[in-house]
Amino acid sequence: MTSRAHPYMANSAPELRDELCRAVGVSSPDELFAQIPADHLTRTPIELPPPLASEVELSRHLRSILGRNVDCERTLSFLGGGCWQHHVPAVCDEIATRTEFLTPVWGTPSSDHGRNQAWFEFSSQLGELLELDFVGLPVYSWGCAAGHALRMAARLTGRDVVLIPDLMDPERLAVMRTYCEPPGMRGHIELRAVPTDPATGTLDLDALEAALSERAAAVYVEIPGALGAVERDPERIVALAHAHGAEAVVGADPISLGVLAPPGQYGADIAVGPTQPLGVHMNCGGGVGGFIASRDEERYAREYPTLQVSLCPTTEPGERGFSLTLFEQSSYGSRELGNDWTGNSVYLWAVVNAAYMSLLGPAGFAELGELILLRSHYAARRLGALPGVAVRWPGFFKEFVVDFNRTGRTVAAINRALRERDIFGGGDLSSSHPQLGQSALYCVTEIHTQEDIDRLVAALTEVLR
Amino acid sequence: MSERTLRRYHAAVWDEPIVLELGREGRRGMLLPAPEAEVRATAGSVEALIPQGARRQRPPELPQLSEFEVQRHYLHLSQETLGMMGISLFGTCTMKYNPRLNELVTARPWLAELHPGQDEETLQGVLEIVHSLSEILCELSGMSQFVFQPGGGADAAYTQACITRAYHEHRGELAQRDEIITTIQAHPCNAATAAAAGFKVVTLPLEEDGYPSVAALEAAVSERTAALMVNNPDDMGIYNPNIRRWVEIVHAAGGLAFYDHANFNGVMSRLRARELGFDACMFMLHKTFGAPKGGGGPAVGAYGCSEELVPFLPRPLVRRDGDRYTIEHEGPLSIGRVREFWGNVPQVVKAYSWARALGAEGIRRAADLSVLANNYMEERLLAIRGVSKSFPELTAPRLEMTRYSLAGMTEETGVTVLDVQNRMVDYGIDAFWLSHEPWIVPEPFTPEAGELWSKEDIDYWIDVLAAVVQEAYERPEVVRSAPHNQAIHKVDGSGADDPERWATTWRAYQRKQNLAVA
Repeated sequence: MTSRAHPYMANSAPELRDELCRAVGVSSPDELFAQIPADHLTRTPIELPPPLASEVELSRHLRSILGRNVDCERTLSFLGGGCWQHHVPAVCDEIATRTEFLTPVWGTPSSDHGRNQAWFEFSSQLGELLELDFVGLPVYSWGCAAGHALRMAARLTGRDVVLIPDLMDPERLAVMRTYCEPPGMRGHIELRAVPTDPATGTLDLDALEAALSERAAAVYVEIPGALGAVERDPERIVALAHAHGAEAVVGADPISLGVLAPPGQYGADIAVGPTQPLGVHMNCGGGVGGFIASRDEERYAREYPTLQVSLCPTTEPGERGFSLTLFEQSSYGSRELGNDWTGNSVYLWAVVNAAYMSLLGPAGFAELGELILLRSHYAARRLGALPGVAVRWPGFFKEFVVDFNRTGRTVAAINRALRERDIFGGGDLSSSHPQLGQSALYCVTEIHTQEDIDRLVAALTEVLR
Repeated sequence: MSERTLRRYHAAVWDEPIVLELGREGRRGMLLPAPEAEVRATAGSVEALIPQGARRQRPPELPQLSEFEVQRHYLHLSQETLGMMGISLFGTCTMKYNPRLNELVTARPWLAELHPGQDEETLQGVLEIVHSLSEILCELSGMSQFVFQPGGGADAAYTQACITRAYHEHRGELAQRDEIITTIQAHPCNAATAAAAGFKVVTLPLEEDGYPSVAALEAAVSERTAALMVNNPDDMGIYNPNIRRWVEIVHAAGGLAFYDHANFNGVMSRLRARELGFDACMFMLHKTFGAPKGGGGPAVGAYGCSEELVPFLPRPLVRRDGDRYTIEHEGPLSIGRVREFWGNVPQVVKAYSWARALGAEGIRRAADLSVLANNYMEERLLAIRGVSKSFPELTAPRLEMTRYSLAGMTEETGVTVLDVQNRMVDYGIDAFWLSHEPWIVPEPFTPEAGELWSKEDIDYWIDVLAAVVQEAYERPEVVRSAPHNQAIHKVDGSGADDPERWATTWRAYQRKQNLAVA
């Protein structure tokens, strides 16, 4: 076997390898590892499963394993909560697999011009959706974006408390806690929960006002909230934060912004949110990404941890190019003195996100927002009419809490029964939000037809009988 | 320089407008279904469902394009990106072939349309791959468990910093242990993530052997030491032979030792981080393990650790129970999450596929070829006028990359390494890597051939460098004003840090242009 060349390695044919050895003046590559002391070398040879060097075998192997998954295209799924099933336009899939975008790392500003422009168009179109003028290149996820934004707010204000709603997504909150450092660390930021109104699922504004103090670096609120509820008066939340010298940081799902107010409209200082809904497959959670945006004010811009590109002139009059801006404040520029850190992120998805936003345009976002709103509310009405089933809050977008407490069944049991009917029920909230008892978070998007929702209702009717 | 004739090349030039300048009122790129009549009748209207203050007042000023126009625009942008269509010896990033099979397999619904919250019974295939790759990486490193949640190498370094916090807190020593030690040749992310996790950073400088001395480390460690974060070999291709002693010193002081395996390619199958004493290490799947880089992610910093640190790992972890795979969602001592969900799962599958395609013998071969190719380059590169090697007095062969300097050329011609980089792309050669900050070597460049590139490609790359250096001596203005054959000319970034001129969005650009005109 070793006498054959490997398709991934041009110099792997023995005669070609020997040609290189001769040129270097060694009889074997082993001689080139003289820097490594003998007692550092592996004590036992590496043992791995036998190679599948031919694509024929490898393809079959991968198919045989992955074929055991049951996916959300075959099964009707109502799972959401930080990763959502939306339609991915075919053009987005083509752009995502273009080798010029997929394979490389960095070029020069000229040789990377097309990709830099795509990145600029990611930021620009997101800026239009958010009504904010400064947008960084994406970070790993919404939770990471929120974590960075809260650290920005803490640096901006010199304060160390952030007020958050008591109903948060557990994954995202766990990430934010990590970013806010445990108590005892010098940069610890305390996340203090503000109660939500049990009738609406939105922030209790009196409680928010009472919780605000001169220690508050920021108020962090999500619109729509982690459990779907839409704040009715975001301007008031921002005003309350500002009245106490705190930054207003808003988490927003960009897919909602055809119908919901953009953070810039009601004066938010920093907006964060997910990028996966904008044309990226769920990928078992591997499609997530996050954005950070703000008004284009130097005060905020100087705190970004991200990389970003700026539109710039070139040496040719009238020609446009792009250059990194504020590189020196990144960890690449200033190591531990930079703002947090940056590195590889989800930049390929930024290109895909740009294509997605271009495809939708203003009318697409308006239609999409309306469709999701109406279908999710239709689902809520139908489910809420089932015996023993209630929908928690009336004002929501895309996701809503279905309360099964009065059915006497657990969400786990209900979801097991639904799975037998080829349906993935909503995410179980019973351990992440014990105060809600046996409740589930249902997600309805543009991919769910009325027929799908009716099928869910019929299945649940059977299951709960 | 070679007598060989260089190929003609010119990048695609489209003068592609910003997408927001394109389109016409009323044009559509994507339609959505109309809500069903019963849906509409039951649900009501947007106005009824969303109060005025929470509704959007103005439509977003997005472009209005047909579907084809969007497709063509982004294809034009892809063509205006050299994107490894030439020869990319981008050092520290280990440019590899990204097998198309892996793209096709992971694009299918059986992976692309999985939700991480599905019941584990429905995820057995992907769980098997996650578990199997962890086992493969454990065999390569000697570690006990890997997680793939970190979204890149820097995120894995951050994971290490967070685990360092949790480990010392568990032992009641966190208040005392507030320093993380690294070296000036470690990637900036090690220092930056340590600081972002709340630690003070101690950075050791290089000494005459090309790495910090044992004495310097001994002087740096104390009861305040929380961890060491270090790469080896470094980006100059220099291997610190005292690394085992280093780990012992840090352990004796009570700290953890983290091996940033960014430069694993040359030492694959020859070293196991755990056998050197390290408590944890990190592999970049988008680098060493054949997954694509995406121009900066989605990436995976696979983080592996010893049995002792497993309780602190972020969750979820995939466990094997006979022939079933299960998900461990929480752990009492776990740091929780560094990112939502289990990581960039498609990249995990691609890395698994790559490792299976090579096997142990293939991985060894890849390491050998990458070190061989790097050493092959050296003689030819040093024959080019104005090129010198970092720490030239160190004669032992370098590993999979070597840092060189063009300072000699710059002194004699005024042409800089950035100019050379800008000129090489005129020949269809992808940009080379210079050096992370700070530049210890003046006018640095760092080629890394890896196992992918043929001898002919490597020779051609050197031919182009030689031709450009010759131009620098003979016609420096051509190099200084480069590029000439690219999608655009040389970018003037002088305003990019000026608040009056920077523009990360079209909105900002238009506003500032209008102000400038007014």
